[in-house]
Amino acid sequence: MTSIKEQHEKMIEEVLEVYPAAAKADRAKHLGTSDSSCTSSCITSNRKSQPGVMTARGCAYAGSKGVVFGPIKDMIHVSHGPVGCGQYSRAGRRNYYTGKTGVNTFGTMNFTSDFQEKDIVFGGDKKLAILMDELETLFPLSKGISIQSECPVGLIGDDIEAVAKETQAKTGKVVVPVRCEGFRGVSQSLGHHIANDAVRDKIIDNREQEVFEGTPYDVALIGDYNIGGDAWSTRLLLEEIGLRVISQWSGDGTLSEMELNSKAKLNLVHCYRSVNYIARHMEEKYQIPWMEFNFFGPTKIAASLTEIASKFDATIQEKAKQVIAGYEAQWAAVVAKYKPRLQGKKVMLYVGGLRPRHVIGAYEDLGMEVVGTGYEFGHNDDYDRTQPDVKDATLIYDDVTGYEFEEFVKKIQPDLIGSGVKEKYIFQKMGIPFRQMHSWDYSGPYHGYDGFDIFARDMDMTLNNPCWDKMTAPWLVEKDELKKTA
Amino acid sequence: MSQTIDEIKPGYPLFKQPEYQDLIARKRALSEEAHSDQKIEEVFQWTTTQAYQDLNFERKALTVNPAKACQPLGSVLCSLGFEKTLPYVHGSQGCVAYFRSYFNRHFKEPIACVSDSMTEDAAVFGGNKNMDAGLANAYALYKPEIIAVSTTCMAEVIGDDLNAFVGNAKNDGHLPKDIPTPLANTPSFVGSHITGWDAMFDGFCKNFTSKSMEDKEVGSNNKINLVTGFETYLGNYRVLHRMMQEMDIPYSLLSDPSEVLDTPADGQYRMYSGGTTADEMKDAPNAIDTLLLQPWALIKTKKTVKNVWKQPATPMSVPIGLDNTDAFLMTLSELTGKSVADSLTLERGRLVDMMTDSHTWLHGKKFGIYGDPDYLLGMVKFLLELGCEPTTILCHNGTKKWGKAMQAILDSSPYGTDCKVFINKDLWHFRSLMFTNKPDFMIGNSYGKFVERDTMAKGDEFAVPLIRIGFPIFDRHHMHRQTTWGYEGAMQMLSTLVNEILAKLDKETSEYGKTDFGYDLVR
Repeated sequence: MTSIKEQHEKMIEEVLEVYPAAAKADRAKHLGTSDSSCTSSCITSNRKSQPGVMTARGCAYAGSKGVVFGPIKDMIHVSHGPVGCGQYSRAGRRNYYTGKTGVNTFGTMNFTSDFQEKDIVFGGDKKLAILMDELETLFPLSKGISIQSECPVGLIGDDIEAVAKETQAKTGKVVVPVRCEGFRGVSQSLGHHIANDAVRDKIIDNREQEVFEGTPYDVALIGDYNIGGDAWSTRLLLEEIGLRVISQWSGDGTLSEMELNSKAKLNLVHCYRSVNYIARHMEEKYQIPWMEFNFFGPTKIAASLTEIASKFDATIQEKAKQVIAGYEAQWAAVVAKYKPRLQGKKVMLYVGGLRPRHVIGAYEDLGMEVVGTGYEFGHNDDYDRTQPDVKDATLIYDDVTGYEFEEFVKKIQPDLIGSGVKEKYIFQKMGIPFRQMHSWDYSGPYHGYDGFDIFARDMDMTLNNPCWDKMTAPWLVEKDELKKTA
Repeated sequence: MSQTIDEIKPGYPLFKQPEYQDLIARKRALSEEAHSDQKIEEVFQWTTTQAYQDLNFERKALTVNPAKACQPLGSVLCSLGFEKTLPYVHGSQGCVAYFRSYFNRHFKEPIACVSDSMTEDAAVFGGNKNMDAGLANAYALYKPEIIAVSTTCMAEVIGDDLNAFVGNAKNDGHLPKDIPTPLANTPSFVGSHITGWDAMFDGFCKNFTSKSMEDKEVGSNNKINLVTGFETYLGNYRVLHRMMQEMDIPYSLLSDPSEVLDTPADGQYRMYSGGTTADEMKDAPNAIDTLLLQPWALIKTKKTVKNVWKQPATPMSVPIGLDNTDAFLMTLSELTGKSVADSLTLERGRLVDMMTDSHTWLHGKKFGIYGDPDYLLGMVKFLLELGCEPTTILCHNGTKKWGKAMQAILDSSPYGTDCKVFINKDLWHFRSLMFTNKPDFMIGNSYGKFVERDTMAKGDEFAVPLIRIGFPIFDRHHMHRQTTWGYEGAMQMLSTLVNEILAKLDKETSEYGKTDFGYDLVR
């Protein structure tokens, strides 16, 4: 009897068999099993993807425009370069917001300089300068502009910083140039970092000198992208325990909230991967402490609320206790209803920079087990943070290739896969229940107690829908079983 | 405490609850520093005016909500139409992530496509090494029989030599020499997705035929070749097969993704399924002719068909609507000597029968419409055939010459007199036009829903409902499986149009005791 760890290691070896030598050696470093005896991460991450392997990763532009800046609702984000990037990333991430789109908010729109050949040859700065004027004419209520560079901008030597500066001087509104060209870095992740740096340089200090009527309970909620309304069901709990959220970004965020962030007493970090840089900066410059928290599933929510409250006085701590107790009936009913239907089901995850660890607790609250997990664009510190949340010998895969993921799934035969739209239809055809865990499969929110109800409902509907039993035509059932026994 | 176990509310009903409405209001009051409601309303109303439209149309640099995508999206779709073919994009990896998810969302299907993940070092030194490793890895993992290589703008800007790189990779043993590698340069700063389809198809033509023309003879295989251009309705590929079979004409549908984009859920994932074979492609120059079904977007292909294959490339219009389908079948008949099949004459009669049945509702209805150039030429012609009146036609990726061709179609019908044609304009222009020259409906892809919402925001009497025909359609399911070409396509679209008209009328006449005298049972 070999251990699960040995079985997994053998499986990895078998799956890697097909690779050419160089790619095989590289990929081996990104695959492994969790091991609590490893002092630091045993998995290599945040390295270049191998060419030609079908990575799910995106680019720096996706990390900046798509993730960090895009959801800031009262700014206009210009996809600067050719037409495609802005079009493919338009309104696809479900960053909910309120406002009148096209008038005072702009989240689901696509603003682009639509580069033509002449812009490549002669440079795009002139066009960008005209474009800035046109934005001001047609969208006078915008609070500012960000310029999101696409690949060619950095290659042709444009000076978008100069155009930004000139425009800001003219209109008095914030204009943020962002050098998030898609070829920079190895994934979305560098785009997050570049965007964080741009926020640091052009936004975060803007109200430094301004007097602000604060309270001891002022916090900022950062790195929540309000996918399907997640930030709202998060914010509800923070307010219920007596905190005042003076800044929330970038989901349903505004420029003013980013500028007011420096007045917060504590930064609550949802997605560590994409905003840890700015949190560290604010810690250094404004002595604002920051902490990560996890609002997926009642166990983690209770732990997080308690920890958040511990940073404040007894009133907040008392309220947190009350809130945790107050919601018990709600989540207990969810567990009572769904746990019997989901108990023991095995889940494989492959998501972005946070959820591969953050949702594990929610699955466990429903009696499910995560048997494999991995990050598209995580770093070592993400894998370090994952270790305490997974059982030993859990399969771990970094920047998994299409080929590897399919093979792992075939061998492990999970009951449910949580990953992205590029993976969804592959596994559904294989007959494996699947939930998109970037977009919540067009559902959500999943954060907070209210979100847990929806999460449980969704996992149940997908695992227990009758469609999965219909994969084999009745006249082929016998044949299929014969094949299996043969 | 909005949730109850008996009625778990997802996002929309959840956030309608007072505790969330209060939360959102508190957020706004505390730190959003929002403009006043009055100011927002004032600006909104201004954006719906002629004065705003005039400013909007003065734009020279800014594009807002484009109605086009970039070249490599098209090259990927074209590549997917060939048997056991892996689309391979040389350049940044993010582009491929975008192409895949864009098609995933439209087709609700897996999309196999790789990139060679070029990064900063490749920007400096060129992407030859990426090509070497990329081709080797892709071949080892996914075992394609053809690797179709196109480019992102990064590779184009730094001037990578595609031909040399792929040649080097083969010479250096990274990819077997006998694996065909059709190539296309598809810079995203030239043309649009339809240009990229054409470039990739031309790459296939060149790869499979240019060097082996000596034994080819036009007409020797008695076939007709059909080339669709960038086309996303799977039913259109299928109706072409059916029409050719009913006509009893030997044919090749060159680039046919209708199988790979519609594989069954039966426990197995098929990365490759169906598609045009390499042999069909090699044999293509032996055909009687190659019909380019979206000729405005098949410029390179047309040159190759004429100059290399020496075929006439008989002028065609996209077979959308009655007249264009008639012309398509008559062209086939003329080229092959086969008379039009009785079954198709019967089908035509059924379409005309539907037109007689529904004309009372369709006649005089006004439509605003946007989309790709060939589709628009066909769709507008069909609307005119139905007695409908197109009032605004917008084509982001059309040329001036195309605009003239469209105008000629409008001029040929009394129903086209009050229509304006816009080229190189986007959906923010279209939004203005839907306010200042309100039609009864707009026809477009999913992006049209935002224009629809904005017109509704001004008031019921300004609302322009969206009828979804086009690409992409993300917010309705399975529409990509429908047909818009041939008599079959005309029937489906006629049904869609007339029923949308009737549904709107029902909505308007359903007010209890007020307008419901007109809420007729029989229409």
